[in-house]
Amino acid sequence: MSIDGSWYLTLAAVLFTIGAVGLLVRRNVLVMFMCVELMLNAVNLTFVTYARMLDDIGGQALVFFVLVVAAAEVVVGLGIIVTIFRRRAGATADDLNLLKG
Amino acid sequence: MSTVLLAATKVDLTVFVAAAVMVLAGAIGVVVSGNPVHAALSLVLTLFGVAVLFVAQEAHFLAAVQVIVYAGAIVVLFLFVIMLLGVDEHENVRRDPLRAQRPLAVLLGLASLAAIVLLAQGTDWVTGARSVAGAASGPGANVEKLAESIFTRYLLAFEVTSVLLVIAVVGAVVLARRSGEATEDEPEEAGVGAPAGGPKGSTT
Repeated sequence: MSIDGSWYLTLAAVLFTIGAVGLLVRRNVLVMFMCVELMLNAVNLTFVTYARMLDDIGGQALVFFVLVVAAAEVVVGLGIIVTIFRRRAGATADDLNLLKG
Repeated sequence: MSTVLLAATKVDLTVFVAAAVMVLAGAIGVVVSGNPVHAALSLVLTLFGVAVLFVAQEAHFLAAVQVIVYAGAIVVLFLFVIMLLGVDEHENVRRDPLRAQRPLAVLLGLASLAAIVLLAQGTDWVTGARSVAGAASGPGANVEKLAESIFTRYLLAFEVTSVLLVIAVVGAVVLARRSGEATEDEPEEAGVGAPAGGPKGSTT
């Protein structure tokens, strides 16, 4: 008998929480982006766990789409970060206050 | 719940515990390491741990894709950007720019974690119809069942995904295209989003 799904779900919840706290705490935009990846991975783990618990291949198909969207997100996000860094040296999100009144 | 965990075989238990330790250690490493390169390497650890957990749950194709796409492509892209921009200097993670933001963030995180776990436990973790999009277990390879599901039931979503990828590639090229000698004190010009051959891009 394999491990009960609730343990995987709890692990995924912990991983999501760590990612969310890291997103709130860190100031480096690249590390914030990595924390978003942590949260996406936690959601993927939840999907795969539910696919097993409900014996449903749809959960795994959805993880496939999440992977593709995450790849596209990383490409565009890093492009934006490169464009921002080309104009200013700072690596912190607090410095990006151009829209502030 | 612990009796259920102990009922699992020793191998399953060992694999789960080892992968969980990898995942959590990597995640904590991403959050606490001051150097972005170390954070990216910790991210690789987490992604491998998640891939192991995928294998343990018979999602073999997704585990392979996880290693190839995430650990092989996305993290390398992160490292490329870190090296390219030279932002690998140490960030002082001890400094708290906003007073009391850090304890509040941890507190909120713990509260949401408790809410998720308690709510899921209250509903016995899983409810609803089973095998709606097809069975995940049974005879046949995992990749066959996944492919059949993607190319029949989710065909439209698959095609839209390909369009999304093309848009992302075009967007990245437009964003990363060097638009003249942009300096830091120069005012925002339209060259970043302008089509190729713009007034600034054509001068170089």
